[in-house]
Amino acid sequence: MTSQEIAFVIVAGIGSLAALRLVTSKNVVHAALYLVLTLAMVAGVYLLVAAEFLAWVQVLIYVGAIVVLLLFSLMLTKAPIGRETLDNQQRGVAAIVGAGVLAGLVFLVQDTFRGTRIELQQAKTADVGISIFRDFVLPFEVVSVLLLAALVGAVVIARKDEAPSGGESRRTIVGPRQEVRR
Amino acid sequence: MVKFAWLIPSLPLAAFFLIVFFGKRMPGKGAEVGIVAVGAGLVISLGIFWHFVTGGGPEVHSLTFFDLKSFRLEIGENIDGLTAVMFVVVTLVSLCVQVYSTAYMHGDSRYTWYFAALSLFTGSMLNLVIADNLFQLLVGWELVGICSYLLIGHWWEEKENSNAAIKAFITTKTGDIPFLFGIFVLTFAAGTANIPEIQHLAENHEIATGTLTVAALLLFGGAIGKSAQFPLHVWLPDAMAGPTPVSALIHAATMVAAGVYLVGRLFSVFAPSGHALAFVGTIGSITMLIAAFLAMVQDDIKRVLAYSTVSQLAYMVAALGLGEHGYTPGLFHLFTHAFFKALLFLGGGSVIHAVHTNNMSEMGGLRKKMPITYATFGVATLALMGIPPFAGFWSKDEIIATAFHTHHYAIWVVTLLTAMLTAFYMTRAVLLTFYGEYRGNGHPHESPKAMTYPMLLLAGLSVVAGFVGAPFVSGGFKSWVHFGAIEHEPFSYALAVLSVGVGLAGVAIGYRLYATYREREPLTALGPGYTLLVNKYYLDDLYMKGIIRPIQYGISRWVNWTNQNILDGAVNAAAWLTRKLSLGVDEVDRKVVDGAVNGIAFSASKTGGFLKYIQSGNVQRYAVFLFVGVAILAIAITRL
Amino acid sequence: MISLLAATIRLPFLLIFAALLFSCGVYGVLARRNAVLVLMSIELMLNAVNVNLVAFSGYLKTLTGQVFALFVITVAAAEVGIGLAIVILIYRNRETINVDEVNLLKW
Repeated sequence: MTSQEIAFVIVAGIGSLAALRLVTSKNVVHAALYLVLTLAMVAGVYLLVAAEFLAWVQVLIYVGAIVVLLLFSLMLTKAPIGRETLDNQQRGVAAIVGAGVLAGLVFLVQDTFRGTRIELQQAKTADVGISIFRDFVLPFEVVSVLLLAALVGAVVIARKDEAPSGGESRRTIVGPRQEVRR
Repeated sequence: MVKFAWLIPSLPLAAFFLIVFFGKRMPGKGAEVGIVAVGAGLVISLGIFWHFVTGGGPEVHSLTFFDLKSFRLEIGENIDGLTAVMFVVVTLVSLCVQVYSTAYMHGDSRYTWYFAALSLFTGSMLNLVIADNLFQLLVGWELVGICSYLLIGHWWEEKENSNAAIKAFITTKTGDIPFLFGIFVLTFAAGTANIPEIQHLAENHEIATGTLTVAALLLFGGAIGKSAQFPLHVWLPDAMAGPTPVSALIHAATMVAAGVYLVGRLFSVFAPSGHALAFVGTIGSITMLIAAFLAMVQDDIKRVLAYSTVSQLAYMVAALGLGEHGYTPGLFHLFTHAFFKALLFLGGGSVIHAVHTNNMSEMGGLRKKMPITYATFGVATLALMGIPPFAGFWSKDEIIATAFHTHHYAIWVVTLLTAMLTAFYMTRAVLLTFYGEYRGNGHPHESPKAMTYPMLLLAGLSVVAGFVGAPFVSGGFKSWVHFGAIEHEPFSYALAVLSVGVGLAGVAIGYRLYATYREREPLTALGPGYTLLVNKYYLDDLYMKGIIRPIQYGISRWVNWTNQNILDGAVNAAAWLTRKLSLGVDEVDRKVVDGAVNGIAFSASKTGGFLKYIQSGNVQRYAVFLFVGVAILAIAITRL
Repeated sequence: MISLLAATIRLPFLLIFAALLFSCGVYGVLARRNAVLVLMSIELMLNAVNVNLVAFSGYLKTLTGQVFALFVITVAAAEVGIGLAIVILIYRNRETINVDEVNLLKW
């Protein structure tokens, strides 16, 4: 039991609990805050395995940008609060599936990697940068373009249509839903 | 001239086809073709006859149609003395009859067909005579039977004429059955159907006598039918329903002589077998007597002549039954009989043509009104009765003498008795027809030249034809027609006087009874005997009621029953079965097949109705399936 | 025995942690009604994947895993952006972001 392992257990434990509360809480804002906690703990795990650049990127992007985005969307969509409104009818099946996935993965891991150890080396940021821009420059460029596309797409999707008759435009995208309802 | 012999049967046969196709358009309506054809045949026949008179020998030729090793079918000619004699007889009588018919059948509605049938008959008879193998002979045999049927039924609108034609055909056919089997036995035993070869084999004892007896008896069955011997003689009197020239040609001179000719031609088969000869002789004897009795009581002039023909044929048959010594006399009698019997028929026809009735009770006193007919009829009668020097004496007397010399005394007595009866009934016929007062209602007059000229020719022959076979002639008939060695029988005056005396006795009795006409037939004095004779010994009734009707009605009833119950029953059962089967198939089709199809559709519909619930529209539900599937796959791939 | 100086950590720890996060994410995706909460659960799953990548990157002594985890974070960001845009659009049209009610493909 090394010191890292002890630290890891603490961090991972908090993270797991937070994740669990995330998926079971009745309050959407609480769920978002639990998400923050989980993501922060994950950043902590990165630090423990000496991936410092990654840890800070995690905090920056995930906690900084994505969670904020989620909170904004929760606010805009006036999400309701309460157990019945938040969980659907297949909770039981979902729990079974989740447990099954967990069991399967744990079994696999234990079967394969029981007792292996990682020798930690510090990953310098400069090395990461070099690796990106030397070995993985193409994926880097592609991901950049992807971000661009996502940006443009999000704007296009979410903006209000400026049609001549404003009342009808809302219907054209979704379709005449009244008629198809059985 | 002998090499033209094949023309003799071919010309009349060709004439037949010409008359059938073109006869109606010709000026003479086809008669001229027939007469020319048979006339040419007569000329050639006389040439061949001359060949034999001048001492020529027999000739045999044949063409093979096909030859399977076990059986050979050929057509050929066998010309010997007997053939030459028959040629002359057939062509000459046929010529006379055809010329006579141009007047007798004048105005008949089927004149052309009559001449066609006469030509066909002549050609077939000549083919029968010229045949050198049994099957060719059989072809001729059957064809003359058909022509007889056609010609007897010439006026078939009257039911009794068609009945007579059928009776003739069926009766001769009954005789043809053993005939056919006889041909088979003989061909099989000899290994060939060729007549000269069979004769050669039989004479050299290469065929067993038992086989020859069987073959001879079977062949004689055909002769019994065709030559109207007892018990198949019943058709010949009824055949008088045909036109009189037909009776003259077919039922006096030629076709009925075919049976006698058959026995003569195949005599080598008969001669070694004593049993066959005895049978032949017995049948001949019986027939000649019963026919002579029947001729006495007839009112129809043609029936008298018909029974007379039967009786004279029996003479020939009995003569052949005497064995080799009887061969020449029997065939000589055939030769002479043809002429005077044909003449008798033609004379009778002339009378009938004049008075329009066959019944002698309505005739009488015609000798002044029809002198030529009377004269020729008289000559023929004298010939028939066997009065010298007419032809019949030489031939009939020889038979009677041969019977005595071969020690067949029973047959000798029968022939003498028949001779007396013959004279008696012919005297009766002549007296009733030509003497006394005319008892009818018509205006009889002499017949036209076309009818009288042939009669005169035949009358001449009835006088002189006998001389070719007379004993004081060297060579002559017996050198042309003989079996084994040529005979030189010494002429017995005693027997001749006896037979002539018996004949004159018959004439005397006849004259006594019929010189003055009496209303009541004198012979009714015989009482029950007379009734028996008038009913022809009840033989016709026996045949009809005893044999024909039971078979006809019995079989037809049975056949009808079979048809109704078994055949129709089978058909109906098949139909019923098919209906039931189709109902069953329908059930299967509706319940099973349609049920299966509907069932599939139903189950598809139900399955779809069940599966549609998977489409919940709920994405998370789909995601559940996705994860479950992934988990299963992960386990499957990593663990298995 | 606790060793404070050795810089090692047992691999299964990391992997099990990742598995926990992942299964929570699975449960959330399947069980939550709110579309935004579903997206949050998806983020959880992506984070679990990242942890896995980093763990193996350390195990194999290569930087590839970390670089790839970087890319995953980027893609996750893009995806959340688009996803939320769609959610807002749905809300605008349907007045609800309850995924149960977006079921036009129901039979």
